[in-house]
Parts: sequence; structure tokens; C-alpha cells
Amino acid sequence: MSNVIKIRKGYDIKLIGAAEQKFGDAPSVSHYALIPDDFTDVIPKLEAREGDKVLAGDPVFHIKGKEAIKVCAPVSGEIAEVVRGAKRKIEAIRILPDSEVKYRDFGVSNPADLSREDIIKRMLDSGVWANVEMRPYGRIADPEDQPKAVFISGMNTNPLAPDMNFVMSGLESEFQTGINALAKLTEGKIHLSLEAGVKACPAFENAQGVTKHFFSGPHPAGNVGTQIHHIDPINKGEVVWTMKPQDVVVLGRLFAEGKYRAERIVALTGSEVEQPMYYRLTSGASLKGLFESGIKGTNNRYISGNVLTGRSAGAEGYLGFNDEQLTVIPEGDQTEFLGWVLPGFGKFSLSRTFWSWLTPNKKFKLDTNMHGEERAFVVTGQYEKVFPFDIYPQQLVKAIMVRDLELMENLGIYEVTDEDFALAEVICTSKIPLQETVREGLDFMYQEMN
Amino acid sequence: MKFIQDLLDKARPAVTTGKLKPLYPLHNAIETMMFVPDHTTHSGAHVRDSIDLKRTMVTVIFALVPALLFGMWNIGHWHYIATGESETMGLMDNVIYGAIKLLPMIIVTYAAGLGVEILFSYLRKHPVNEGFLVSGILIPLIMPADMPLWMVAVSTIFAVLIGKEVFGGTGMNILNPALTARAFAFFAYPKSMSGDSAWISGLGGEGIVDGFSGATALSQFAAGNTAPEIAGHALDMKNAFLGIIPGSIGETSVLAILIGAAILIYTGIGSWKIMFSGVIGALFMGLVFNWVAPYAATPAVSDFMAIPPHWHLLYGGFAFGIVFMATDPVSASQTEKGKWIYGFLTGFFCIAIRVFNPGFPEGVMLAILFMNVMAPLIDHYVVQANVKKRQKRAQLANANA
Repeated sequence: MSNVIKIRKGYDIKLIGAAEQKFGDAPSVSHYALIPDDFTDVIPKLEAREGDKVLAGDPVFHIKGKEAIKVCAPVSGEIAEVVRGAKRKIEAIRILPDSEVKYRDFGVSNPADLSREDIIKRMLDSGVWANVEMRPYGRIADPEDQPKAVFISGMNTNPLAPDMNFVMSGLESEFQTGINALAKLTEGKIHLSLEAGVKACPAFENAQGVTKHFFSGPHPAGNVGTQIHHIDPINKGEVVWTMKPQDVVVLGRLFAEGKYRAERIVALTGSEVEQPMYYRLTSGASLKGLFESGIKGTNNRYISGNVLTGRSAGAEGYLGFNDEQLTVIPEGDQTEFLGWVLPGFGKFSLSRTFWSWLTPNKKFKLDTNMHGEERAFVVTGQYEKVFPFDIYPQQLVKAIMVRDLELMENLGIYEVTDEDFALAEVICTSKIPLQETVREGLDFMYQEMN
Repeated sequence: MKFIQDLLDKARPAVTTGKLKPLYPLHNAIETMMFVPDHTTHSGAHVRDSIDLKRTMVTVIFALVPALLFGMWNIGHWHYIATGESETMGLMDNVIYGAIKLLPMIIVTYAAGLGVEILFSYLRKHPVNEGFLVSGILIPLIMPADMPLWMVAVSTIFAVLIGKEVFGGTGMNILNPALTARAFAFFAYPKSMSGDSAWISGLGGEGIVDGFSGATALSQFAAGNTAPEIAGHALDMKNAFLGIIPGSIGETSVLAILIGAAILIYTGIGSWKIMFSGVIGALFMGLVFNWVAPYAATPAVSDFMAIPPHWHLLYGGFAFGIVFMATDPVSASQTEKGKWIYGFLTGFFCIAIRVFNPGFPEGVMLAILFMNVMAPLIDHYVVQANVKKRQKRAQLANANA
């Protein structure tokens, strides 16, 4: 295989509970919810009220300040409740589904026959647009931008991540239609990154109109940010768009079927899941039915997403807008006597300060304990081991902390988002909340620049 | 262990809201020492590495244990040579004598240093940081065994106050706190910190063999004696490697320090880049001196310049300094490229100061402190190179667009 890009810096956290490659019976889903916090820095403005009937693909809210960008109902039904939190912030919009989903008709058409404007308009109207992310800043793409390129990562290296080649098998034509639509959006290339040394599924293998790249190495080799950095890094003033493969499929269906059909294949994983495997779910589905049986213990963290970047959903939570993984791990809310002195044979650590280096291939059952308290930066050179960018992570984080725009820009903030710091956050000795810090920095930067 | 938790829980109301509020940092420090807290992740990644600052610090302390134990023995060993009793004294006698000297110093250092830390954590309202756990062991190990305890205390307080807390506490200091303590002691109490009588315990007292001189190997080198010895005990390469030479308590045994270095490097706590490039820097300077030795001003200097470069690694505080002091992540270079430069120059200047400064035949302390000050400058240029590269790439992209 030609030009494999080898990622050397990184780490695969070995966890118990990877999904077996088979599908579980569809769980009963009593209702669905849209969660505005699934989107970065979004204030929702409701377009549908409690009691309204909606079809799948009807707008539920749009983004304040960007009226064109809508988030639409994943299923047809009735808006049951707008859940509000402190200061009347909208936390979730719950939808009671019809027994059979009715779709709003966007018309079947071939993206090749449509203009760029038509495609964008249809994506905006159907809510599919909310799946397109932009870099820099890592937020929903601005339809006014002219992206330099579009990047799709066909691999997922997160802990216990779904196997994308398994997930995407059988979705060839929808994926290709989605790619054809994306081709109209950029004058540049569509980059598709695949795992090196593995037979790609037909959807990836036979994809037309894309430039393929092959990556090998530990996580974050599969993160789109890592791939962009090694393929064609973002310079100041440039914009690229990214999409996940399953979102491209949703986009493909919009043109091939004329429907917003937000069904996804989701891996249920984690040490507390009795039989980790794959499920077919629709975006926003209530997970209560799924978590009711087959989960060990009761004091668990239910995550929509993976352990690095996922959102804590709760036992009665909802599948995130474009998440393709659910993880259940135990909570770690207990103290440990003299834990910092004892040998620590079974303890997870990237450093070899615990005697678990004796068993390098052990799979861990990790809980959510912090294993220490937040401190000032002391240790150096630690982030660099898991940060495959030509960027000084600690210096960049410090620049963000002091809100020095010029320094942030010089040190490469345009090339990263919060997820790129997830692994560094895990191994940080000083327990500094890196993802939160970087996210605040990106949002601050965005506000200052726009 | 339940009763400890119960006790702490019982005291909690008093120190959080009650009368004993000033003692909260102390309560918090004890609690976090005894128990890894039950805090769970609330933002970002849901799982975390088991390592924390305490674990990092305690690993360094483990790495220091060989040097510490050997130092104890060595204090007693040289004391009894000076008194002429070395034939009759066994291993345990030496260790006991050393322990009587060293343990009070460690206790005094911790008491003085942690006192200042806790005071500051109260004034600044931040939790007690773990940084002093290591400094508290390092400071006694780089002092002579006969250092009066009050001097140790004053040096420690100075180091924590001026070396660390005025800059904002652990993680913010520019100079290595332990070396700051030593530098303070050296300039404030030179009689206890230099000369021929400082490095062997008990030389100021009674019962010393007549005419006994405790000049260290380095000062004998500086005086032009290339085969140093004390009272018939050779200070040759083998003994220097094992550590059976007089010196600061923890610095003499290169073997013990190498065990520590192996622990630091293997666990990933200490930077092997700094240690390795430091050794290269020292050897390089030693070689340069070999070349220019024939042109030296005096025969004594010429002889010192001419000693084989690897001798420099074995004598004095070089090994201890480069392994345990130069690698302090806060005061060293923080970029990986910078660490190479920083380590090399530390080794380089260490030998340069050692050979050129006849009044004080040891250079590692000043070399490291100097490079501590220079480290941010090194980092600045390393980071600027990265910035330039990025700007150039952007210009290129704009030109092509």
C-alpha cells in the first residue's frame, strides 16, 4: 500500500467491553429528544411549539444568529415537552414518535444535476447541515464559507470505537451519493482517510471522487484533526469541512430517497455492558429501554460517545445527535487509602510509575475517578507523547488560559479542536481540564474574529 | 483505615465553617495524603490516568532512596576514618552515625519548608502543593553532614519563600528550590559549606587524627594533585564511582545515583534527554580542556584540565545534579528540543566552572541555576521556530492561492 502515514505519538487505551460484530434486537424507544448542547456554542430558537405535530425532517429549532441552520426532528410525532434548566436554558426538546415514521418529502434527485446553492439549501432545510463541522473552531459549518477541502475519517481509533468497516458495509450507494453531494460544495478535494493494512469495506474501497489516505498507528490516528494536520494543514484564513461517514450516509439518503432519515449504527460498549454489540438506532433516541437490561451494576456512567469525548447522558438519556457509540463504565466515587504510594499492580497509567507496566496488554475496567486533584503545570513533555501535531500543546494551552489571541494563532490553534486534546487530558498529571480550556479558547477566538 | 476517614470527617465542619478555619489547608493536605479523593470526572474525558502529582513526587523520592541510604553510611565511614576508628567500626555503626546526622536534617527541612507552604496555602487560598515532598529530601542530601540545623532551616525557608512562593508556588518557580537553598547556604555560611573541613563529619570536634585533612578530590585536583587521597584512602575512580569519597551527603555515589536515574527514566518521570545531553556536554567540555591544557597559565590548572573527561562525571556533585536537579521539569526547559540544549549547556558550564574557579572546585550548582534562568530563553527560541514555520507555510499557501 502506497504512502501510509504513520502516526507514532498517541496511545490506545485498552478497555474491556468492545462490541461484538453482530446486531442486537432493536430496543423499545418510548420517545426522542434533540439536545442543543450536542452542538458547539449554539443557542436554540424554537420553530416548533409543545403540542405541534412534526414530520421527520421538519425544523424544531434554528441557531440564534444563523436562521438558515436548522435542526430537524429525526422522527415524526408530537413535540411533547421543552425541557428547560436554569435561566430557562433549553436542555432538550422531547418528541413522542408516531407508530410509523412519516417523512417530509424533499424530492429524489441526483446531486450531480443540482447547483451548489440547491444542495446547500436542501441540506439546511432538512437539518442534515448540522452534521457538517468546520475547522478551525470545530463547530457547525457556515454555509457562506468556501472550504478548501472536505475531510472524512473512515476510521475510528477511540477507545472501544465501532469498527467503521463493519458499520459501513452495505451502505455503498448512500455513501457515494453523499460524496457526490459534497463534491459540489468544495472546489478542493474530498479526503477520505482509511486504516492502513485492513481490507476496507466496499463503501470506502469503491468510493469515487475522493482522495484516499492511509493511516496507521495508535489513537488519535483516526481523529480527523490528526489526519488534516498530516494531509493538508489548515493555515490562517482557510476553512475546511469535516463529516463522519455515517453522516455522509444520512446526506446521501436525503438525495437518494428524498428523506431526512437519521438512522445510525451504534456500538454499545463498556465494561458494564453484559453483551457489547451493535444496534440500529435513530439520532436522539431515548436510551432508557436499551439500558434497562443487560447492564451490570447500578452506579454507572452512561456516555453517549466514547470515554474521551462523549457526553454523560445518564441512564435515561438520549443518543447524541451524531454519536455512533455508547459506553457504560462504573462511576469511581470512592476514596482509596494511600493510593499514591502503593505499588498499583492493576492501575492504568501511561507512565510506568505504577507496577502495571508488568502487564502491558492487560485490558482495563476503568472508572470515572479523577485519581488526584487539579494542580499547576509541573510535568513537561507529557502531552507531546500523545499529541501527533507539530504544535506545542502546553504552550498553546497556556496561551489560551491568558486569552492571548496572537499567541494562540501563532501556536496553531486553527488546526486543533477540543477532541485533539482528549488523550493529553487523560494522561495529564496535573489534572488540568484541557478539553474545556481549549473549547473556551476556540469559542473566545471565534467571537473575537467574527 | 476507616477510623482515619472518620476522624477527618469529624474535623471537617470545624475547619470548613467553624473556628478552626485557618487550619483548612492542613486538613486538606492530610486528607489528600491519606486518601486518593473520590472526585469523579465532570468535564472532558471520562477516564483519567492513575498518575497525579503526588505519585510523581513519591517516585522521585523512591529514586533518591539509594543515594540517601548510601549517604548515611558514607557520613559514618568518613567520620570514623577521621577519628582513626574505621578499623573497629562496622556497617551498622557507620549507618547509625550517619542517621543521627541526616534524619534531624530531613525533619527540620520538612518542618521548615512545609510550614512555609501551609502558611502560603492559607494566605493564597490554594491547596498545599506536593512539590516540597521532593525538595525536602533533596535539600539535606546536598548539604554537608555537619551543617547546623538552624542553617538548614533558614536556607530552606529562604528557598521556599524567595525561590518558589513569591513566584506563585509550585509550578511557577524559575529556579530549582533545592539548589536555591544550597546557593543561599553557600553564600550566607561559606565556612560551613566550603573548604577542607566541611565535607567530613566531626572535623571541627575532638578526637580527630593529628594532621588529618579532609580536602575533597576536586580540590586536590584543583591543587594539581591528580592522585587524590585522604589518610591513605585513595579517592580513585573506583571509589568515586561507588561513592566512598567525602562530599555532600547524597552526591558521592554515582552507582546509587545511577539506580535513581534508571528509576526516573524508566517510569518516565525524569527526562533522559536532559541527563544524556548533560553527560555529553560535560564530556565535551572535558575534552576541550584536554586539548587546551598545555596552554594553561599555571601547572596546577594545566593538570586539572588534563584529567580524563570521564573523571568529571564521577567526582563532585555532577551526577546528582544532572539526574535530580537539572531534570526538575518546572525549572528546566519545557520543550523537548530545548531539553537537549539545556542539558548540554548544563554539563558544559558545570565543568567549565569547576575547572576555572579555583576558589570553589564545584560547578554543578551554579551551572544548573544559571541554566534555570536561561531555560525560558531557550524555550522561546524553540517555540519561535515553530511559529515561523507555521507562518511560512501560511505565506506559501497564500502565494499559491
